[in-house]
Amino acid sequence: MSVDTSVRLPGMPVKNPVMTASGTFGYGLEFSPYGDLRALGGIVVKGLSLAPRQGNPMPRIAETPCGMLNAIGLQNCGVEKFLRDKLPRLPWRDTPIIANLYACDADEFAELAGVLSAEEGVAALEVNISCPNVKAGGIAFGQDPCMAGKLAEAVKKRAGDKPVWVKLSPNVTDIVSIARAAVLGGADALTCINTLTGMSVDIRSRKPRLANVIGGLSGPAIKPVALRAVWQVCQAVSAPVIGVGGISSAEDVLEFILVGAHAVQIGTANFMRPDMAFRIAQRLPELMAELGIEDLASYRGSLRVG
Amino acid sequence: MALSGACRDLTILSVTEAGPEGGAHGCYYIELANPGLGSAVAGQFVMVRPACFGQDPVWPRPFSICRLTPEALTLFVQACGRGTDALCRLRPGDTATVWGPLGQGFSLEPDTPTLMLAGGVGLAPFVEYAATHPVPANLALVFGHRQPLSCYPFAEMAAVVGRAEAFQENTPEDLPRFIALLETKVAEYAGGLILACGPRPFLMTVARLARRFGARAQVSLENRMACGVGGCLGCVEKNALGQYVQTCTQGPVFWVEELQLSEEA
Repeated sequence: MSVDTSVRLPGMPVKNPVMTASGTFGYGLEFSPYGDLRALGGIVVKGLSLAPRQGNPMPRIAETPCGMLNAIGLQNCGVEKFLRDKLPRLPWRDTPIIANLYACDADEFAELAGVLSAEEGVAALEVNISCPNVKAGGIAFGQDPCMAGKLAEAVKKRAGDKPVWVKLSPNVTDIVSIARAAVLGGADALTCINTLTGMSVDIRSRKPRLANVIGGLSGPAIKPVALRAVWQVCQAVSAPVIGVGGISSAEDVLEFILVGAHAVQIGTANFMRPDMAFRIAQRLPELMAELGIEDLASYRGSLRVG
Repeated sequence: MALSGACRDLTILSVTEAGPEGGAHGCYYIELANPGLGSAVAGQFVMVRPACFGQDPVWPRPFSICRLTPEALTLFVQACGRGTDALCRLRPGDTATVWGPLGQGFSLEPDTPTLMLAGGVGLAPFVEYAATHPVPANLALVFGHRQPLSCYPFAEMAAVVGRAEAFQENTPEDLPRFIALLETKVAEYAGGLILACGPRPFLMTVARLARRFGARAQVSLENRMACGVGGCLGCVEKNALGQYVQTCTQGPVFWVEELQLSEEA
């Protein structure tokens, strides 16, 4: 049985729904020895800011049951260096490269969007309003529907013909209200979810395991939370949702598509083995054939409830 | 789609106690068959994730290459946490996914008198270093350890290198004596090459002494690491300019003058 793994996202047809999550796949190039980047449905690169950022002090990562905490603090080379040194080496003609944007306020977000929208090699802009590890902006933007809407609007205005995705935080009372506000503000798609805030401590040294004390929890441990968020958001908005959170197999991919996601991002699982995203992309059509799923559009959102 | 094959599923050949007391002290050699990793520079490392990890623990574990031949990759592992505990319980025939060699290894200068300073499991990369050095007579080893000496691959190294001495740290009073020994040795090799691998306080002492005596020295860091390939930015270390460099790709071996080497990275 031949299956069709292609997906239509706004302004961007993709060959398969398996993408990589920001902050877990470097700038893509780090993982090219482990698979063919062109085989992925998309690559979301490490969060970019206008100026380079040093990130948080060490230690920045800690292992937790079925997961990990991170407080990297958006260390990145800055948008200029990315466009000059990294993007030209990525296979952007063959696979969509999605720039993840971080800024401290709406004006800076808009400026960053303006710079990136002029680049042929950038397929879409993913707005990070949900990073738990930075003091200014980040998660504060993602917890207020009004602010989320304003930022989506500010970025959309400067994004030209580039689709704008807004990446949502699970650290909210009602993710649906944020999702609705982002779409009203002009978001073309939503990425659900960023990390959950968490903490780990050492009872002997009496120290937190992260210098930042609090970090973002990711990995298989958070998959049920992500699946729930994607399900709720898909029920509430018509914009496509890209599911992310604890996905580490082709089976997991189908779970997210079953609850309504158009595509998914592989995050922490890239750390389990650097060829993980490639393996999942390779395995997905085999699994679809085994389950008699001809194409993803007919399977999407077909969860039988009640 | 063709995978590059850079991640390889290897079969465990053996898990052997290091010496008669190795098991009691958690020290093991793990041999993996037909690694197919090509050649490596001593000081480079591999990431290892046995199939039994499943989804927990999530991270693979980094290990210095202790010995690499076309037939086998040997790791020297001390069980000290849930990852290393699980690795040391593997049986012949079990599988582990391995990728590498990764990072930058130690400098090799065949004709330069070279001092290897190792602490505990930090001895591992020097086994490969001594085995692949063209003039092992130019090598000297000073090894600080807490477990019985037979728990480490010391005797086989002593048989190969020009000079080897071990120092066991039993009581708190031993530490200043060990540091005094390091001081004498670093001064002696100030005109040569000094290589160090071991716990962070040990490396900081070596770096401090190397600066004082103007010695050329490299240290191999063991920062906590998730991916090992430059993707997570979790293993960074501050360089001399105060900027973060990645231990996995730009290290784990650095010249001491490249780093600040503060207590908390």
